[in-house]
Amino acid sequence: MAVIGESPGRMPRVTLGARLHNNNNFLGLLFMIPAGIMLLVFLAYPLGLGVWLGLTDVKIGRPGKFIGLGNFRWLAQDSLFWLSVFNTLLYTVVASVIKFGLGLWLALILNKHMPFKAMIRAIVLLPFIVPTVLSAMAFWWIYDAQDSIISFLLIQLGLIDSNIDFLGKANNARASVIAANIWRGIPFVAITLLAGLQTISPTLYEAATIDGATRMQMFRKITFPLLTPIIAVVMTFSVLFTFSDFQLIWVMTRGGPFNATHLMATLAYQRAIVGGSLGEGSAIAVAMIPFLLSAILFSYFGLQRRKWQQGGTDD
Amino acid sequence: MTDRPASTTKNADEGGTDYLETIPYRVVAVYLPLGVFLFVLLFPFYWMTIATFKSNTELLTTEGFAALWIVKFTFENVERLLFQTEYPRWLVNTLFVTFTATFLSLFCAVFAAYAIEKLRYSGARLVGLAIFLAYLVPPSILFIPLATIIFKFGLFDTPFALILTYPTFLIPFCTWLLMGYFRSIPYELEECALVDGATRFQILRKIILPLAVPGLISAGIFAFTLSWNEYLYALVFISSSEVKTAPVGVVTELIEGDVYRWGSLMAGALFGSIPVAFLYSFFVQHYVSSMTGAVKE
Repeated sequence: MAVIGESPGRMPRVTLGARLHNNNNFLGLLFMIPAGIMLLVFLAYPLGLGVWLGLTDVKIGRPGKFIGLGNFRWLAQDSLFWLSVFNTLLYTVVASVIKFGLGLWLALILNKHMPFKAMIRAIVLLPFIVPTVLSAMAFWWIYDAQDSIISFLLIQLGLIDSNIDFLGKANNARASVIAANIWRGIPFVAITLLAGLQTISPTLYEAATIDGATRMQMFRKITFPLLTPIIAVVMTFSVLFTFSDFQLIWVMTRGGPFNATHLMATLAYQRAIVGGSLGEGSAIAVAMIPFLLSAILFSYFGLQRRKWQQGGTDD
Repeated sequence: MTDRPASTTKNADEGGTDYLETIPYRVVAVYLPLGVFLFVLLFPFYWMTIATFKSNTELLTTEGFAALWIVKFTFENVERLLFQTEYPRWLVNTLFVTFTATFLSLFCAVFAAYAIEKLRYSGARLVGLAIFLAYLVPPSILFIPLATIIFKFGLFDTPFALILTYPTFLIPFCTWLLMGYFRSIPYELEECALVDGATRFQILRKIILPLAVPGLISAGIFAFTLSWNEYLYALVFISSSEVKTAPVGVVTELIEGDVYRWGSLMAGALFGSIPVAFLYSFFVQHYVSSMTGAVKE
């Protein structure tokens, strides 16, 4: 009946077809159908199914039965599961903190005037663009036990005597995969924060300079507070994707040595797909959800701060 | 350093206080760290390229610093990769899956974004939020139940297993990105068309889409890179070599036994990266601006 939401009752006699055609709710539903079906069938349903599978003892090729919290009780006594939780948290926290620090630093550098600015920004994003699996293979070779270029250079420079076993020792392997993850994540953090930096008006820095503020003070009192909302978003994404990382680890170490780099995602894969225990694998995947939720909530409250930070003005 | 006399106002009209910095300061604070960053970020690519065009014997020599560059340029690794493995097949598979999934996702996302942003049906805001949250669901918690669904539908080990599952992360992303673009199109344009008797489909096709071409391009490139780079689903849902995508094929099929043919492996990694890097280099401006735009909301 109404053509535009605000002007009612201009056309008293219209057919049902025409009416539906101009009804935003009907059209909205119609337009949502393709995306809705795809997301309901391949996202919402699997999400629910995953929780259900976690409560059963389904194996590949064998229908299971409901066993309640049996999988979780079993996992709670499984030291490998707890090791994977520890590894995941270590991986996420260390990698995210360093990615944030270095990413912010790189963003601050890129925000300066310099020649070839656009080209440098484009190059910086490369690690983020190329398939992670393939760059992980490059790292795999860089970390090779015999032919590592890092060991080679360090030996040539006389700093060490024998090759470093990057992926063969527990803590070396942890540090190595974290380094590869950081390498991959810095560009995303840096370029996004750079966008945030560019929205900060230069007049603020000019005023601060006239008032005699030091560089550090300007960073702490201008840059950082104005950047907080975007930091919250970037870091949520970064934390989520680091926490649920699979490919880097699977290509470089497959969770080894001695499970030192097994993350929850790789353990779920190993138990469910390699080992065939779909139920147990699902339970591990479901155990990731609370962590992910808390990261999202953290971001939500990070975003909420934005209103008062901008003095209540609309952006 | 900051309290230098204000007489050095060379670039003052550019805005900011960069002109107050001395040359030595800039070298230490900007160019030096930037150089280190660029070196570290690019080194793996350099190393990949070097390995691709080195002979296998040269790859394993550790005599002097000659290991850092190519002494004798050879195509033997590339040749082996292209003619003795199924690598070209994997590339074709990847292209097919990527294009189809991208197209399907864009199709769904255009309608969804238009409905959420412009039709404003009741509950549209909530659906918008749900779609954003859907983007935050990582594949690692979906792949096990998805595998059982794929199996039940009889799609296991077919390209459709990937074409239908990639949209789970592509649609939310594209929809979110396009919503931002549609929001910037003034409502008056649509009002005029509505008064002139245009249907919503016509408006979408003739007004909104032409105006949102930059948005469609960025969403398309993003979807393309995301599905090109996908690994977990392709690893789980595909088992025979002739259906594999390039990232999975390189990792699972090129590694034979304990002796790694690093040359071919790196060639596989390099050529698997080139298509996305190539596409990206054309649209880098779109890419950077939309990535930042998507995060800024």
